Amino acid sequence: MATHIIKMPDVGEGIVEAEIVEWEVKVGDFVKEDDVLAAVMTDKATVEIPSPVTGTIVALSGELGEMTAVGAEIVAIEMDGESPSDDDEQEGQAAVETVVREEVEEVSVSAVQLALSVAPHSSSMTSNAEASYGLPRAIGEKPLASPSVRRRAREAGIRLDYVRGSGPAGRILHDDLEAYIAGSAHSMGSAPAASFNLQSRARHEVEEYKVIGLRRKIAERMQDAKSRIPHISYVEAVDVTDLEALRAHMNATRKEGEPKLTILPFILRAMVLSLAENPKLSAHFDDQQNVVRQFAACHIGMAVQTDAGLMVPVIRHAEARSVKDLALESKRLADAAREGTITRDELSGSTITLSSLGALGGIVSTPVINSPEVAIVGVNKIQIQPVHIDGAFVARQMMNLSSSFDHRIIDGWDAAVFIQKIKSLLEYPATLFID
Amino acid sequence: MNVTRGGLSCDILILGAGPGGYAAAIRAGQLGLNVVLVEGDKPGGTCLNVGCIPSKAMIHVADEFYKATGFATSGKSVLGISHSMPQLDLKQSVSWKDGIVKKLNMGVAGLVKKAGVHLLAGWGKMLDGKTCEVQTEHGTKLIHAEHVILAPGSVAASLPSLPFGGSVLSSSDALALEEVPDTLVVVGAGYIGLELGSAFAKMGSDVCIVEFADQILPQYDKDIAKVVADSLSDLGVEMVLQAKAQGLSEDGKALLIETIDGEVIQRAADKILVTVGRKPRMDGWGASNLYLEMNGPYIQIDDQCRTSMSDVFAIGDVTGDPMLAQRAIAQGEMVAEIIAGKARRFDVVCIPAVCFTDPEVVVTGLLPHQAKEQGFESVVATFPFKANGRAMTMESEAGFVRIVARADTHQVLGIQAVGKGVADLSSSFALALEMGAVLEDIAATIHAHPTQSEAFQEAALAALGHALHI
Repeated sequence: MATHIIKMPDVGEGIVEAEIVEWEVKVGDFVKEDDVLAAVMTDKATVEIPSPVTGTIVALSGELGEMTAVGAEIVAIEMDGESPSDDDEQEGQAAVETVVREEVEEVSVSAVQLALSVAPHSSSMTSNAEASYGLPRAIGEKPLASPSVRRRAREAGIRLDYVRGSGPAGRILHDDLEAYIAGSAHSMGSAPAASFNLQSRARHEVEEYKVIGLRRKIAERMQDAKSRIPHISYVEAVDVTDLEALRAHMNATRKEGEPKLTILPFILRAMVLSLAENPKLSAHFDDQQNVVRQFAACHIGMAVQTDAGLMVPVIRHAEARSVKDLALESKRLADAAREGTITRDELSGSTITLSSLGALGGIVSTPVINSPEVAIVGVNKIQIQPVHIDGAFVARQMMNLSSSFDHRIIDGWDAAVFIQKIKSLLEYPATLFID
Repeated sequence: MNVTRGGLSCDILILGAGPGGYAAAIRAGQLGLNVVLVEGDKPGGTCLNVGCIPSKAMIHVADEFYKATGFATSGKSVLGISHSMPQLDLKQSVSWKDGIVKKLNMGVAGLVKKAGVHLLAGWGKMLDGKTCEVQTEHGTKLIHAEHVILAPGSVAASLPSLPFGGSVLSSSDALALEEVPDTLVVVGAGYIGLELGSAFAKMGSDVCIVEFADQILPQYDKDIAKVVADSLSDLGVEMVLQAKAQGLSEDGKALLIETIDGEVIQRAADKILVTVGRKPRMDGWGASNLYLEMNGPYIQIDDQCRTSMSDVFAIGDVTGDPMLAQRAIAQGEMVAEIIAGKARRFDVVCIPAVCFTDPEVVVTGLLPHQAKEQGFESVVATFPFKANGRAMTMESEAGFVRIVARADTHQVLGIQAVGKGVADLSSSFALALEMGAVLEDIAATIHAHPTQSEAFQEAALAALGHALHI
């Protein structure tokens, strides 16, 4: 049994200390490689520290909220060969739920650097030369690298003198060079590389980053939904000319403190009314138990793009809210998601989902069902199109709804009826306000 | 200068079709450049026509003949082989050698053609940095080039006291001899003199080697030189060290030699082979029409083989030591890529050097004393072929493999070997150095058994303090 010490990693940007904002583990926990141990916040970003090894936590040092110096020991893990029990595994999974929370364009970069600095040396060198591996070279010492690494560096316009070598005798490996290239691409103020000809602009670097946190969660869920659920997609065009006129009027006459209305609260309202006639669509399908849970409530998930990735906050009991109320609530949730203040409760429990990319909505999309739900409604962009009405082409504001359904539970007929009802409500917007 | 009329235009003009020139031409052709390769002689340069290749052919003749002689000398062969005294028809040997050279001449011409290169036969003369005048069979041609690669090569250096001609031979002359001289004095114990000297000794000449330094192969260390010297002694070759060739005796049948004590001795010499090095060829191709900065006798170049004139490159022997075909080839290939717009520098760790003496010598990277001079604290380990099974089975127990490595990081700095057939170990030595191998890398690489290459692994193990077979 060996003890692996994890130190506060260098998260880059010249930061010398960082704050531990969350422990994802406690002493005695069993962790697997890549399980998240802690979340660390610098002034730029919150990043997770993954475990480089599998083992049992034997010590944690560093208090929550306290600044801890880079390089300080923060976790000790005793490595053993035991496999985790199921319970442990589930706990580990739950812990992963927490994600990168703040802003953060730099997160991906920091995470890469983090993974690099936390990664253990790939093999335990027993040689007495070990001490000098990976250390910076003495001034004037020629960097050690294979011919292909030297050529690659030349092509990338990089002087190997500045690249740290992690190989034996400080040899610069392909990985070292790639890491340097990935890092220097983001470093500010670095002198532009010498004059290049066109060929040298060909890029060969491959950036590798760990899929962690929210991204991993999204990846798992999408994989699961797409592999389990036989999707059928249904696209219908909706004439929203009248709705848009109404919306413009409502916005023009809104009172102080009232929200500016987008088209989404109207669509949410239409969904609520259509669900009242088609309750099958507000449901969960538990395919393990072969049970469908059909909900009287309409808890509508609303896909929101945040800097960290896709989130789906939930508008609870949409059936009990007015259009204005729906507008307020969806704005509040979207802001919370983007600001990272959203709670887990607000992110769970939806019974059907609405997905919209606004002006980027395209003309058709194929939304992936938010499992275990059975339906998702996708909103495409509004565009003016010629429509043939009463013997003449007239300009109308048209919008497509692209929706997907779990065909195990929902037949094409049900799907069509559900969407046609929404269409009819949106095309005759007064009906949205008649119960 | 108004000489542009009727000219031929190209992207690259290469002056000289030796290994450097033709390698540059082929690579440039592959890269789609329009190349004119100018050569007054047969393609292949010194290496192919009068150097590396023909000398190796004659060394092979000498080895085979010497082996057969050994079997014929009664009671000498420990292998139990005997037969009657062999005869050597040197004329036939030379014509066989010439056949190989011719085949390779044609091979080079074919490769160059396949790469789409225009091989122009004729002596070229640079008029300026962009223009070359070529005297061809069909008259004078002007070539205008965007880029010029100078690859004129080198010529054998002579001694003022012993100008070439008559019984005084250059290495090229020696390779064309049709009779084995009874007595041969070799002036200069560098690799060329030793290779040819031992070849003639094996073919039956009485050979004496005169060297100014205090050892043969003066550019290498004494440990290497000793193994070769012992073998030369066994061949009956006399080595007169720390001595100077003064000139021919009055009757022209002997060489006068001044020893370190100031004494003048003489050695009978039907032929005198002068191998005191080579000098860059700076005459006959218009060097004086260019404004080239020189580095001593050589054209000065940077690490991209650029000369002081823009778009004029120089490669090969004309740029200095080591004057080896493999260096010229590497430079030529690189320059072609630079002209094609690729980012390249000549940044090799080592240029392996091989002497086809008997036994052969391979030198890669730093010799022990060079490592010390460069400030490295180093470990040096040697594994002798007398402890190598394969060497024993080939009656070639002389020699060793030696590794020089940094004491702190174990990075291998140099690898040398002396022994029969070790020339072919040069590739793994050079590869190890270029890849930045540490001793542990070599020690952990399985080397096939039974081969002489095991001595390489054992030397690495010895440097780590745990050789298995010694």
